[in-house]
Amino acid sequence: MSKMTLKTEGETHIVVTRRFAAPPEAVYRAHTDPKLIQQWLLGPEGWTMPVCINEARPGGKFRYEWKNAKGAGFYITGEFVELKPYSRIVHVERMHLPDPTPDNHVETRFDEEGAGTLMTMRMTLPDGKTRAAMLATGMEGGMEASYVRLEDLLRSLPAEGLEKGAGRL
Amino acid sequence: MYDLDAAFSALADPTRRAILARLATGEATVNELAAPFEMTQPAISQHLKVLEDAGLIVRRVEGTKRPRRLAKAGIEAMDQWLAMLRGALEKNYDRLDEVLNGMEKRKGEKP
Repeated sequence: MSKMTLKTEGETHIVVTRRFAAPPEAVYRAHTDPKLIQQWLLGPEGWTMPVCINEARPGGKFRYEWKNAKGAGFYITGEFVELKPYSRIVHVERMHLPDPTPDNHVETRFDEEGAGTLMTMRMTLPDGKTRAAMLATGMEGGMEASYVRLEDLLRSLPAEGLEKGAGRL
Repeated sequence: MYDLDAAFSALADPTRRAILARLATGEATVNELAAPFEMTQPAISQHLKVLEDAGLIVRRVEGTKRPRRLAKAGIEAMDQWLAMLRGALEKNYDRLDEVLNGMEKRKGEKP
């Protein structure tokens, strides 16, 4: 399996890719079947998803709630815009902390690649500031958290200058 | 403890990213930092204050000058935070590999 990639694109997009050793149908189902979602969309160790509601149809809603042993928790709500089994999901989501974050428009593609699947998740935030804040706080509450290499965020910086100026960057 | 929200918010502005890019090549005075921009020195100073408050740059006193440079620790704290977030997402997908593996096995067991 190749490693996951995450990069920023333009001012408002974040693109994540990951390859899986299963056909698109299986990966798609793992993204839409609550019983399957609850097994993997958990972020760092120690978190569970006691509530997972997912109406996987256009206009359908979803709600994911996470909790940890210390009793901390937060949730995400969203709506499906488009579902094309087993190749494409378009949805809108926001995190509640408890105030809702700005809407994140997400397109997830599942492309057949040999015997496996290439997943491409493309997020669109309302503006650059929201994207920066999202990368800072962690998408989905530091759970399905985003990351970028700092050089992606600081993409205007010359790489050799960074190495000289800021050590291991 | 660094205020990471402030750090990322500081980075959301292209002028401030450009200032950091300049500082990545070495220490610079406010005048040197202001030179490439069509901005007044007070406007640049305001950007520098945001970067300073966010822990991304530090200043040094040299006579009447206050040269700025990158704050290595602040920038490394952000880098570590991003690495942690990356780790959380990678963990999700590693778990998904297992889930998919289990799905395939069950499929194989069916008559």
